[in-house]
Amino acid sequence: MDDLGFIVASYVVTFASVALYARGVLHRSRKAARDVPRDKRPWL
Amino acid sequence: MSNDRATSTPFTKGLGFFVVLGIALLIILGIFVSPADVNQGESVRIMYAHVPGAWLAYLAFVMTAVSSAAYLWKRTRSLTWDRIAGASAEVGVLFMGISLVTGSLWGRLTWGTYWTWDARLTTTAFLFVTYIGYLAVRGLGGTHQQRARRSAVLALLAVLEIPLVHFSVELWNTLHQEASVAGRGTDVEMNGLMLFTLFLGVVVFTLMYIWLVLHRQRSLMLEDMLDDSGLDHALSERRAEATQAGH
Repeated sequence: MDDLGFIVASYVVTFASVALYARGVLHRSRKAARDVPRDKRPWL
Repeated sequence: MSNDRATSTPFTKGLGFFVVLGIALLIILGIFVSPADVNQGESVRIMYAHVPGAWLAYLAFVMTAVSSAAYLWKRTRSLTWDRIAGASAEVGVLFMGISLVTGSLWGRLTWGTYWTWDARLTTTAFLFVTYIGYLAVRGLGGTHQQRARRSAVLALLAVLEIPLVHFSVELWNTLHQEASVAGRGTDVEMNGLMLFTLFLGVVVFTLMYIWLVLHRQRSLMLEDMLDDSGLDHALSERRAEATQAGH
């Protein structure tokens, strides 16, 4: 497979970007949730 | 005060599990199992990341516009719509960026260049920059209501670019191929397994989008609550200072 490097790079870029973004969102959420009481979160 | 399960629920945890499972299956089918294309050879495997990324970016930007319209309409006005719009635009920018990078890698293999000022590529880049601008506008100062109003108007204007991007391959002569599936008058001649892998990619990316938007809009709600409580705290301090100065 001559194009393997490009193919693997496209999958790595895709899922690594999503994973990094998801990690950032969860980090921000946890940080913000420290100062918000549990009963103020309507999804719980 | 606790940060246990900050924005998670049993639903998002279950959804997350299926997303991870779907990604694993997509990688296996996309890279190892699905056949090479008659014309494009092995490079067609990039399609399973590129096409769902582009479609999800469209979906995210349309969702931003719909949520913005719901905010602007008096009967449904709620900051929840504004937060969904913001979260969706953020995720849309992420998917659009992914689509541009994977498209560039695919272009290098099929056209021999990473980038060309082709109609589809140029309009897509313009759409990407527009939504980065939208996110910047959301970050300007003011109350939550001011943020919601100005960004909702911008979202309703920005979404008009999507038909231009989508139909750019029909309106102008471009290097970019026309829609392989669901195009006007398209005769689908894709191998069954290729079509299934592409369909799986769209499903997995859609589930990923739902997971990301749910978490992001909840984190935006938490941040808004902190902003409000910070403002309340600052006001009460000022009042206390003024009372002390008056005595």
